[in-house]
Amino acid sequence: MRKCILALAAAVSLAGAAQAQTYPQRPINMVVPFAAGGPTDIVARMVAENMSKTLGQQIVVENVAGAGGTTGITRASQAKPDGYTIMMGHMGTHGAAPALYANLKYDPTKDFEPVGMAAGTPILIVTKKNFPAKDLKEMIAYLKANPDKVNQAHAGIGAVSHMTCILFNSQIGVKPTAVPYSGTGPALNDLVSGQVDYMCDQIVNLVSQIKAGSIKAMAIAMPERSPALPDVPTTKEAGMPEYEVTAWNAIFAPKDTPKEIVTALSAALDKALDDAPTKARLLELGAVLPTKAERGGDWLGGFVKKEVARWTPVLKDASK
Amino acid sequence: MEAFFGNLALGFGVALTLNNIFLCFVGCMVGTLIGVLPGVGPIATIAMLLPITFGFDPTGALIMLAGIYYGAQYGGSTTAILVNIPGEATSVVTVLDGHQMAKQGRAGVALGMAAMGSFFAGTVATIFIAALGQPLTKLAQLFGPAEYFSLMIMGLVFAVVLARGSILKAICMILLGLLLATVGTDLETGQERMTLGIQDLSDGVDFAVLAMGIFGFAEIVRNLENPETRDVVRSAIGRLWPSKEDFRASYFPILRGTLIGAILGILPGNGAVLGPFASYTVEKKLAKDPKRFGRGAIEGVAGPESANNAGAQTAFIPLLTLGIPPNAVMALMVGAMTIHGIIPGPQVMTKNPELFWGMVASMWIGNLMLVIINLPLIGLWVKLLQVPYRMMFPAIMIFCCIGIYSINNSTSDVLFTAFFGVVGYTLLKFGFEPAPMLLGFVLGKLMEEKLRQALILSRGSFSTFIERPVSAGLLAVAAIMLLIALLPSIQKGRDEVFTE
Repeated sequence: MRKCILALAAAVSLAGAAQAQTYPQRPINMVVPFAAGGPTDIVARMVAENMSKTLGQQIVVENVAGAGGTTGITRASQAKPDGYTIMMGHMGTHGAAPALYANLKYDPTKDFEPVGMAAGTPILIVTKKNFPAKDLKEMIAYLKANPDKVNQAHAGIGAVSHMTCILFNSQIGVKPTAVPYSGTGPALNDLVSGQVDYMCDQIVNLVSQIKAGSIKAMAIAMPERSPALPDVPTTKEAGMPEYEVTAWNAIFAPKDTPKEIVTALSAALDKALDDAPTKARLLELGAVLPTKAERGGDWLGGFVKKEVARWTPVLKDASK
Repeated sequence: MEAFFGNLALGFGVALTLNNIFLCFVGCMVGTLIGVLPGVGPIATIAMLLPITFGFDPTGALIMLAGIYYGAQYGGSTTAILVNIPGEATSVVTVLDGHQMAKQGRAGVALGMAAMGSFFAGTVATIFIAALGQPLTKLAQLFGPAEYFSLMIMGLVFAVVLARGSILKAICMILLGLLLATVGTDLETGQERMTLGIQDLSDGVDFAVLAMGIFGFAEIVRNLENPETRDVVRSAIGRLWPSKEDFRASYFPILRGTLIGAILGILPGNGAVLGPFASYTVEKKLAKDPKRFGRGAIEGVAGPESANNAGAQTAFIPLLTLGIPPNAVMALMVGAMTIHGIIPGPQVMTKNPELFWGMVASMWIGNLMLVIINLPLIGLWVKLLQVPYRMMFPAIMIFCCIGIYSINNSTSDVLFTAFFGVVGYTLLKFGFEPAPMLLGFVLGKLMEEKLRQALILSRGSFSTFIERPVSAGLLAVAAIMLLIALLPSIQKGRDEVFTE
């Protein structure tokens, strides 16, 4: 009996030694820097579910919200770089944060090993129902002619709706009165009741109001029309091709995570994005998935550099 | 009218799913339990259970939390009748005649009548909410930032006026709540305010942390300092079904109690607490022989019990239709809704009709459940009342800490909760009611936001609050209410209501 147990113990330890070669051996923690149920959280949970199957270990989503997502990213960036802590960063935490937070404790371009782009949501420009413009050209003309009269809503400093509208305003050269709200919901509420004139936000938040006719969509800031709103022209069609922006979400690992682990994670993410049910669920939300060329860590690393370079001057200028 | 029934049908469709029935049942059970136990109130319980609901869908979560609230009203009366201690503030009056009835061996009749009165009141209040919700929402469509700001001012003034005790202290607490709400990142500039350089405060004080500290922890400490004296009824409970004479004596008190409770419940400032007092006063005035009151008059149980339950439910009206919480429990509900991604306000009814009507329908189902749960379980509650508190509080504390930690996976949140527990206890010791503070805190963020939005939209002109007619009207009502409350004669009457 005793021998039997010893043999069993030896077998178990051998199996353990063999497994130590392969990553992962235990559940992986994915930090999502926003509250459960938000757009980033939904994307994270969807890809994590499929990646777990590929990796053979569960990816556990941990929501650490606060300070525009920088609290969670700071914490995750300081975790042990062993592949068991990864994170879902987004346009704010890895693009705009350096310009918005003076004492940010990480550098998006240096302190991470990029794993890959997960999914983004396109940005729409919307106005109140009775705004005196029927397309984007007329809207821009009106904004330029009435700089003192128009009010633009956004969901707080660092929010997608704040940053993307600042980019829009700076590209057309206007500085309207910006009215901050604590979230997209209340901002949209006041746009519907006509208290404010326009805003820019992610398509998921706006589709139902646009379909109900309580607000007007001027243009969608991506190269192709969205299947969710086929009647809304792209910014390119509307004559403003330079305004192209998506609220992107991408997976990162802390700096110095071993290369082969990052590669394994990238491959699992890649597979998740090609998985038909996962893809269908993401598209249903109005999300845009990265093309084959836009996948993997190398592309993401370059993209983050471009994003930081793009947002920093725009945001610094706007706060002057 | 057709829409009314259509809406109710939608609501029952939502509320009658297996999942929601279960959550409603759990809520009612927990509510009754904590209502029965003196000391642990619905505010503390909802604050403690808030983190557990994060995994549910918002409708289910709110159905459960609402169940706790009105379940506690039921449970509170059980304790009032059997132990001579009001389990809840709303069952204070029930003690007067209920416990006397119990001493006369008529505890069962008192409990039965309380349950039936409550059920009737609950049914009427459900219809009331369903009918009144729609018109109020239409009105709210007219509201912009200026109107919202004025509405909240009015809400806070009402809370002050209708609060118990010193007006000055209530104002102080509201202002403290407003101040606490300004901790964190400034909405417009992104600057951190009053965070003392502590990173964990950059998003402000967490609502659940504050609520659980001020109400949960502080309440436990306060309960521990009083040695327990309980006068549990030893005599038989007796039969539950009231006699024909009891019914005849109770019909009109139940009707009047329901009406009084339903109307007072809508008022901000814990109107639900006023209902039973008002009802008891009315019944005593109307009675042929007022001397019977205080000696086991069944009207003194039937009326106030109907009033407290009706009030507990109509208190949801301002919350669900305008997003303005009338009391601390509703303030917790606002927190719960926000945590679940639902911004309380008039748009809830149009954007989340399944949530609104599902909750309304679940209230009726919950009331029915409460009658069924309560009557057979009375024996169990009596046993439970004999468990000493010193055995229960360690478990409560541990669950609180786990709950707080799990919100943000942050140990500092637990420390902050402990800190607010000390603050809450200190406030209680100095005779400050913490409820107005929570109201101020919950409304504070929104008030600041709306104030600044209104001023940005008016390009800095304060006259916008008076130039817009709806806003001016709301401010006028608030000013008049405050003036009336400060009149000496009214103030005297106000004290009397509570000393009787």
